[in-house]
Amino acid sequence: MKTLDRPRSTAATGPPEDGTRAAQPFWTSRRRDQLAGYLFIAPQLIGTVVFVLIPLGLVVWYSFHEWNVLAGTFHSVGTDNYHKLLDDPKLPGVLRATAYFSVGLVVLNLSLALALAVLLNQKLRGSVVFRTLFFSPVVVSLVAWTIVWGFLLQKNGGINAGLDLIGVHGPNWLRSEGTSMLSAVVVQCFKNVGLNMVLFLAALQGVPRELYEAATVDGAGRWRQFWRITVPLISPTILLTSIITVVGSLQVFAQIAVLTQGGPSGSTTVLVYYLYQQAFTFHHFGYGATLSVLLFLIVLVLTVIQWQMRKKWVFHES
Amino acid sequence: MNTQRQQRTRKFAALAATGLLALTACGGGDGSGSDDGPVTLRMTVWSGAPEHLKLLNGIADTYRKTHPEVKSIKFDVLPVENYTETLTTQMAGGKAPDLAWIFENSALDFVSSGALKEVKDDPDVLPAAKKIWQQDGKLYAYPFSTSPFGVFVNLDMLKKAGQPSPAELIKQGKWNWDEVDRIGAAVHTKTGKTGMVIRDFDYKAWDNLATYWDGWGAQAWSADGKTCGFDKPQMVAAMTSLHKAIFDDEAMLAPGTTADFFAGESAMTVTQMSRASLLTDKFKWDFVPLPEGPEGKYAVIGQAGIAVLAKSKHADAAAGFQAFMTNKENSAKLGAYFPQARSSQLNAATLAKSNAKLSEKQLADVVIDGIKNGKVKPVHIGQAEIYAAVRSGLDALWKPNADVQKVLTGVCNSIKPQLEQ
Repeated sequence: MKTLDRPRSTAATGPPEDGTRAAQPFWTSRRRDQLAGYLFIAPQLIGTVVFVLIPLGLVVWYSFHEWNVLAGTFHSVGTDNYHKLLDDPKLPGVLRATAYFSVGLVVLNLSLALALAVLLNQKLRGSVVFRTLFFSPVVVSLVAWTIVWGFLLQKNGGINAGLDLIGVHGPNWLRSEGTSMLSAVVVQCFKNVGLNMVLFLAALQGVPRELYEAATVDGAGRWRQFWRITVPLISPTILLTSIITVVGSLQVFAQIAVLTQGGPSGSTTVLVYYLYQQAFTFHHFGYGATLSVLLFLIVLVLTVIQWQMRKKWVFHES
Repeated sequence: MNTQRQQRTRKFAALAATGLLALTACGGGDGSGSDDGPVTLRMTVWSGAPEHLKLLNGIADTYRKTHPEVKSIKFDVLPVENYTETLTTQMAGGKAPDLAWIFENSALDFVSSGALKEVKDDPDVLPAAKKIWQQDGKLYAYPFSTSPFGVFVNLDMLKKAGQPSPAELIKQGKWNWDEVDRIGAAVHTKTGKTGMVIRDFDYKAWDNLATYWDGWGAQAWSADGKTCGFDKPQMVAAMTSLHKAIFDDEAMLAPGTTADFFAGESAMTVTQMSRASLLTDKFKWDFVPLPEGPEGKYAVIGQAGIAVLAKSKHADAAAGFQAFMTNKENSAKLGAYFPQARSSQLNAATLAKSNAKLSEKQLADVVIDGIKNGKVKPVHIGQAEIYAAVRSGLDALWKPNADVQKVLTGVCNSIKPQLEQ
């Protein structure tokens, strides 16, 4: 179908070509609105540009360079750092450790948060106290939280002292390859499970009661109601929490730095800790930047996959 | 069309200008002062102990009285756990301090990279103490602290466990690691406390174990740094003995546990004289040399240098203060906590003048003998990477029933590429 372009009005953009009409004032109401709009978004825009986009660009730029901080030299190495990335014998182990932490945290955190939210959604005595109790670690300093857990998880620490009381000889949690990563996952899970729990709780309270009443009349049990009513209706929140938790788990650093420093035998050396070591401990800033690019791509790909998958498993989006 | 483009350009320019303004506002100064005006010097140190800072600030105040161009001198305490990382991060961010305290484990990296400004040599300082701070005959840091390791002993705890004091054992010629192992096990059994702690090792900082394996004549790598020493018989013997003391005899601090000597939680600890500032009158104590190993008497030194960063905006002023801070008079004061490797001050009477905590005998036996005869802890170019690889490799040793020879061979395999570079 043929369409005609509508001629643009020149009223707001300037005088006509013959120049006979009087000039409009510069500050038209449209411009004022535009300026107001820009001013409103300026703080966020400046913050994003300065603290996200420019550093992101710089990281990519650094990944094509080698920067010796001590010598003060900075020179291009082309794609050498990317070749090094492909040949790095330690990287598969680092990626395995990262995947272990992420999968462990996502599964444990989301299932525990959902279970707690479902329990606390019941009208039980003391549920407000428990909500506060489970949420309080979210507002505690991450490093302080981790240091306290570091003491508790020592061989002669509080956890094993508690286990001794029931006749169980606890392992050396942070010094054993079998338990060190599990310990880090649990410490991080308890730190943030309250946040996901509150999000789930809010979603659960938004599920209409009449749906459960109708299902009960139809003979559906509580388990069936949970899977057929609750889960589909809170699926947007499950998507949100899973994206937040996956992205957060890939960026874990402080817990590893405080609890295990990547040990024992590198079993808890996750990607962010490895890139920190490369850049700030070994002074391979260029290679550290390359690992950052890899991390960015992993986070991006996983987030895109999750976002695309929402079409299949998110029941509705509002 | 042109008008629209102009509008877009103007909008973009406005946004860019706003961003630049914000950046300018956020940027601020670095507190170093301008090149022409009064100078503000900043020096990074690892110790935040009030006594140490009081001493350093006192020297700085005296210097400023005769150097009015120096407005202030700030001692910036960085956490010891990641001191070098923090320092290099500051350098990477363009916020390098004017002066820095540098540990021996990164000395070769700093010196060889050209990050440090040459400092004035002083013939009074022992040549051995200057070795790792020199390149091509030039000195790049003053060996500010040349601190031998010794053993602090809780005499009350030993008495409670029915054990002899180290002083008695020294008289009998029995102050050796076998005896320490036996005493440590007895302390653990009888008091429930820890026998011996190699302070700051914590199953991570393995270079502190040089205070143990040097007694067996072992070394982390050869003198030229090219050959790994972890798989050599002396090292295997030393580590086998250490493993037995930890896991079989329970004479030493176990992995994943803590025990602070200065809080009365262990009977003995291997550490340096500067830690004497942590002593209280909770218990009677002594400070004695390292026990003998199968190879006899030995001493190990931890070093730190005071350097002027080449990138400092006020490198000349910083060099002036560095020279003042480390002159003979101030060295004598610093010797209270940070032993000075100056031949003119290496006598117990001089050291005792500035050191109230330690007796002349303790200073003579541990500090003076240690400085004269001690070996510096392992140092290598690219040490951070080697350090991480060794730490990771040794993790397999810190469990019962470990195959010592196999673990140590694995350590050598993991650091071979770095040593051969």
